[in-house]
Amino acid sequence: MSSNKKYWKSVDDLNDNPLVQTLRQNEFVEEIPTDEFLGDKATLETSQTSRRDFLKYVGFSTAAASLAACEGPVVKSIPYVVQPERIVPGVADYYATTIADGFDFASVLVKTREGRPIKIENNDLAHAGYGANARVHASVLSMYDTNRAQGPSAGGAQVSWEAIDKGVMAALQSGKKAVLLTQTFASPSTDKLIAEFTAKYPNASHIAYDAVGEQYALDAFEQKFGLRALADYDFTKAEVIVSVGADIVGDWNGGGYDSSYGKSRVPKHGKMSRHIQFEANMSLAGANADMRVPATPSQQKAVLKAIATGNASGLPENLKAAAAAARKELNAAGANGVLVTGIQGAAAQAMVLDFNATSNVMDTAAPKLTRSGDINKVNQLVRDMNAGQVGLLIMAGVNPAYSLPNATQFKTGLEKVGVSVACTMRADETAASSTHIAPTPHYLEAWGDVQIKQGEVSIIQPTIKPLFDTRQFQDSLLAWMGSDQNYYNYIKDTMAGAGVTSFNKAVQDGVVMTNAFAKAVSTTQTSATSHAGMAIAAQSGFELTLYTKTSMGDGNQANNPWLQEMPDPITRATWDNYLTMSEADAKELGLWLDRSTFFTEARNDANGGLNGHLANVTLSDGTVVPNVPVMVQPGQANGSVGLALGYGRTTSIQEDMQTGVNAYPLMQNGSLTQGGVTIEKVAGMHEFAVIQLHNTLMGRGDIVKETTLEIFNTKDKKYWNAVPEVTKAHIEYEVTSPEVDLWDSFDRSIGHHFNLGIDLNACTGCGACVIACHAENNVPVVGKSEVRRSRDMHWLRIDRYYSSNDTFAGDDQKKEDMDGLWGENGSLGGFGEMEDPAANPQVAFQPVMCQHCNHAPCETVCPVAATSHGRQGQNHMAYNRCVGTRYCANNCPYKVRRFNWFLYNGNDQFDYHMNNDLGRMVINPDVTVRSRGVMEKCSMCIQMTQKTILDAKRDGRAIKDGEFATACSNACTSGALAFGDINDHSSEVYKQKQDDRMYHLLESVGTKPNVFYQTKVRNTKEA
Amino acid sequence: MEANSIPIMIQVNHRNSFSRIITLCAAILLTFSTSLFSQIDAAAGDATAGEALFKANCGACHKLYKKMTGPALFGVVGKYEEDYEWLGKWIRNSQELIATGDARAISIYEEYNETQMNAFPGLTDGDISNILAYTNTEKPAPPAPGPGAVTASGGGVSNNIILSILGLVLLLLIGVLLLVNNTLKKFAQAQGLELPAMEQSARKPIWQAFVENQFLVLVSVIFLLLGGAYFAYGWMSQVGVDQGYAPVQPIHYSHRIHAGENAIECKYCHSSARVSKHSGIPSLNICMNCHKSIGEVAGPEAGELSSVTEDYSKEFYDKEIQKLYKAVGWDEATQSYTGETQPVEWVRIHNLPDFAYFNHSQHVSVAGVECQTCHGPVEEMEIMYQHAPLTMGWCINCHRETNVKVEGNPYYEKIHEELSKKYGVEKLTAAQMGGLECGKCHY
Repeated sequence: MSSNKKYWKSVDDLNDNPLVQTLRQNEFVEEIPTDEFLGDKATLETSQTSRRDFLKYVGFSTAAASLAACEGPVVKSIPYVVQPERIVPGVADYYATTIADGFDFASVLVKTREGRPIKIENNDLAHAGYGANARVHASVLSMYDTNRAQGPSAGGAQVSWEAIDKGVMAALQSGKKAVLLTQTFASPSTDKLIAEFTAKYPNASHIAYDAVGEQYALDAFEQKFGLRALADYDFTKAEVIVSVGADIVGDWNGGGYDSSYGKSRVPKHGKMSRHIQFEANMSLAGANADMRVPATPSQQKAVLKAIATGNASGLPENLKAAAAAARKELNAAGANGVLVTGIQGAAAQAMVLDFNATSNVMDTAAPKLTRSGDINKVNQLVRDMNAGQVGLLIMAGVNPAYSLPNATQFKTGLEKVGVSVACTMRADETAASSTHIAPTPHYLEAWGDVQIKQGEVSIIQPTIKPLFDTRQFQDSLLAWMGSDQNYYNYIKDTMAGAGVTSFNKAVQDGVVMTNAFAKAVSTTQTSATSHAGMAIAAQSGFELTLYTKTSMGDGNQANNPWLQEMPDPITRATWDNYLTMSEADAKELGLWLDRSTFFTEARNDANGGLNGHLANVTLSDGTVVPNVPVMVQPGQANGSVGLALGYGRTTSIQEDMQTGVNAYPLMQNGSLTQGGVTIEKVAGMHEFAVIQLHNTLMGRGDIVKETTLEIFNTKDKKYWNAVPEVTKAHIEYEVTSPEVDLWDSFDRSIGHHFNLGIDLNACTGCGACVIACHAENNVPVVGKSEVRRSRDMHWLRIDRYYSSNDTFAGDDQKKEDMDGLWGENGSLGGFGEMEDPAANPQVAFQPVMCQHCNHAPCETVCPVAATSHGRQGQNHMAYNRCVGTRYCANNCPYKVRRFNWFLYNGNDQFDYHMNNDLGRMVINPDVTVRSRGVMEKCSMCIQMTQKTILDAKRDGRAIKDGEFATACSNACTSGALAFGDINDHSSEVYKQKQDDRMYHLLESVGTKPNVFYQTKVRNTKEA
Repeated sequence: MEANSIPIMIQVNHRNSFSRIITLCAAILLTFSTSLFSQIDAAAGDATAGEALFKANCGACHKLYKKMTGPALFGVVGKYEEDYEWLGKWIRNSQELIATGDARAISIYEEYNETQMNAFPGLTDGDISNILAYTNTEKPAPPAPGPGAVTASGGGVSNNIILSILGLVLLLLIGVLLLVNNTLKKFAQAQGLELPAMEQSARKPIWQAFVENQFLVLVSVIFLLLGGAYFAYGWMSQVGVDQGYAPVQPIHYSHRIHAGENAIECKYCHSSARVSKHSGIPSLNICMNCHKSIGEVAGPEAGELSSVTEDYSKEFYDKEIQKLYKAVGWDEATQSYTGETQPVEWVRIHNLPDFAYFNHSQHVSVAGVECQTCHGPVEEMEIMYQHAPLTMGWCINCHRETNVKVEGNPYYEKIHEELSKKYGVEKLTAAQMGGLECGKCHY
């Protein structure tokens, strides 16, 4: 039986489509054009090269290529044609300058090598004492940013500066309304220049705008003192600090108070400041406080009223007691007490100004000028723009299309503006919808002057020739005024006019004291307005507190990988912002994740990575920020949530750096707190990259030693800072010779012996040292997914611990009381409970870097002796010798060693600054850039100690105390890190080592580290 | 031939002092004679004495036949129509002359961009006469090229010729021997002698015996392997060691001429070696400190002062100096910078790996180590090469053997006292000071 089956390849085949027939005939549709590379047949046959010859040639050239590859590369050295006198290759130069990017203001020193800035240091000559924070330290990298605007453009096409000038001048002369919308410059010269500009063009007006402003504090100060400025505070003078919703260690009031706060926290002569904090989010200030009381923003208003006036109506019972206690303590402290607040309301701010009128801590005579923006004027501008009244809008240092809550309205208004010029460092959200982009230089490439605090002028001077075709805003203004003067000469004239005798000296020092630019502060002390504004409008729903992270700030440095990867001091999360929420609220909304279950979504992945739910955040007016990751935050006041600003930028930001969600739409009316917020769970999960997954100390009080001021003052050292001792046979008895040692130790008594002292009292956890360490030691950025795998490369981390009970002492007691496995005090359940932080925990920060153990466990296990000890106390790491067994990291009790899992430089998989020529400019040439497969760790900045020694040898002199430093000790402005030579008995670090508070981390392990800590003393009455 | 440089220098010194004596005598003579005449006259001057005076006083800015900072002075007497009075005034103090409003003086002053000429009030009329006499010296005809050049390059060839002749002779010898052998064989056959044939031995061939002896095979295999490993290790140890590396540089810069013959101190050009980790390749403006006035090398006409060698002619060197001028943008004709520069891409010779930190100032300024200790006889190097292996073993050896220079350095006072007591030695080596610790060079 023959088969009738018919096989077909396609429907067309089955239907006998003629096309299929044709194609079948013509199987090779296209002939391979062999002629093209072989030539015609005749040529081929006459060719001298036979197939064999060809193979020979191939073989030879392969062999030749591989042989040639064995030779070292030819390295070129290109000297200067004319070498500038002050530049000596290999020797660093330092220049004083000032950062004033509208959010961060600080006098700094810039270290340059061969003409390129590579590091920011603090300028000790600055009197105001606002040290460089983490963002300022990282700002040097923002200059070497490939995403910067590289030349003037209009409508996406490159144009000349003349074309821009022509466009602007035409618009200015048209007579239509022109507006300068700028950041706060706080610059005497710029103020003068803008005044001249508006005088020349009567149709022009100036509006200052701060992305994250202090609208209400400024309003209150202006009302009372007639000047739009901020009261200044010197916390070193404070005995009692009561803060109601003010993150005094963070960015409150323009920031910069961490150093004076930190200094006031060190117990001297039995005294230290007492700090009580009422707040909603867990902030740095709350974490450092002696007493922290969670309170939602609306409760904070009542608390403030209760403290300031004694009227405790409408307060819950627990807050009543705390507020009354705070009021009592403040009154007792008199002029040495200070009340500060971050409440978003002019009435509350005025109340504080009134309350502090007699305080030594507050300074209103010489106020701070780092904020001046007025959101009402900006809102009016947006309305005018939409009404088509604005003919020219010049923007400088601001990005309103990103940072305004009504950014969409702003953008539609911008389209109606005839000529809009964005004077900006990058083609950001605003620049993208402007008609002209006039790129400005980075502050390290520009001239300027800044009056951070009235009476002290800091100078901005360029430290490098502009990298791109940029022109600073002030030069543009001068050009548009038709002046042929440049801004440098303009500043010189301003300074000469102010009686600054030597401009060069001012530039060299970076600061000059002059009252010539001081504006009048009314001393009539008109009592603040009625406190009617303190009324609390009842609103249902959550209360949102927006905040800025120490890493990201207002987001103008969002393209900086150092800052993106810098862990948040509180949550320890990198590369993200998120909604912080209390555990109770999270459970109620179904946003809670259990630690580990088989059946539900788990809090942690198998690799430890933390997960979170997503939620939509909706304001009462309908503004929605969708898909916000939720992170449960111990200490968050119930009924409140927190969200960081500065994230969610997309335009002109590298793809890896487009992280988080933009929270600015929620900042209605420039207010950082919003009531009546709805949180709604949405589908999906978010993966966090958190570098500390274990949050509590589990009662191990010898890691972070703590005591109270009372005990510290009254009891013997042995009671609160006992040195662990060896016991035999479980019978405790006095050890007679604790110095007995199994090791043959180095003799470190001769020469230098370096020690690093860390004062846990002064450390606020700000993280400036972390970024300084990155810059000094070429620490690579590894990216979010690697951080999530716990492969971060930070040499210096600041561990943050929560207490599981209300206090750490409670944890210690609980551990002490454990008895057996099960039952009331059973260790099985007990330790499980202790893994969870309390609802309002105590918090401790502890910077941990390589402890440079004299008896280092890492050294003994290295099979190739790549890590070894030096006589000066440093634990050396020879990268070229390391073969990457990672035994050392496993044997390190402090977990401070970092392994290079990948090649992090020049690798497209890690497309951060080390992968482009511009970004690599920031690399410190004195420190090796590590390669894949080697272990690395803190070197105690041996390149810096070696340099100090060499300088002294060359000058032929002994080294004085204070000359030795590390990057972290230099960066710390609160005095938490002290570095020096303990063989020099007059040194500060030697004195600290002899202090009663001194202890070593995990002393019982017997590693004898060269890093030591000072026991944290809390000024609490409660034990 | 480089070794001769020092005697040359000595001779030069003699010559110089000799001519100085002559000048002095002439000067004394002339002072007495001029007191009578008090006249400047080139015709009466002594050109030889003038040459010495010229070199001592004028040479920094003037040349005879070429414009430099100041004009070329050949024929200057003729140019100013033997106006000796004016010339004398100009030479003694040109600024004074300009101040009087002398038109000629002002025009020269302006022509040379208002460069002030040094005043020489101390020159007597006789001195000036001598100098002017010297300025009338005709330019010596360049030495006829030809035979000299041939012989110069002949030296290298002759060795090859000798060698090839030797080879030829050897070949001939072999041929002759073969012929003799042949002839002898033929002779023997003619005589009827039976030449004993090579007997095929019944014994085992030696290789077979060797193969069958397992012990021998084993021993020799082990021997071969060990030997192979030894040589492989030796070979691999030199990978990346570029001792003797002498790359071709974009400008043929001769350390022999600069550091050797002219005895310029190393740190005059490599000044950052004193204060920095880098010795620094001098920037071109350092070169121009001297080369503004040195546009050509001293050729064979300079006799013993000549810098040229058999391998490198004067023309060759002069061309290299032109390369410098081009790079730095120096226009010789106008004696000014054009502003068009082309930075020189030198090939780096001493390449330490990135993971090794080396600081020149530590060794040069603090320890006082001679540059030659590591860089070899630079003053003899026509082409710079890497003298030392720059391996870690080489560094370490020196640190073990070298004493730290502690004298007169307060930094070392305490540590030296304590350490020398500890080790019981008078002088401490760098190693005892901690110079062998990994972290001192690797971080």
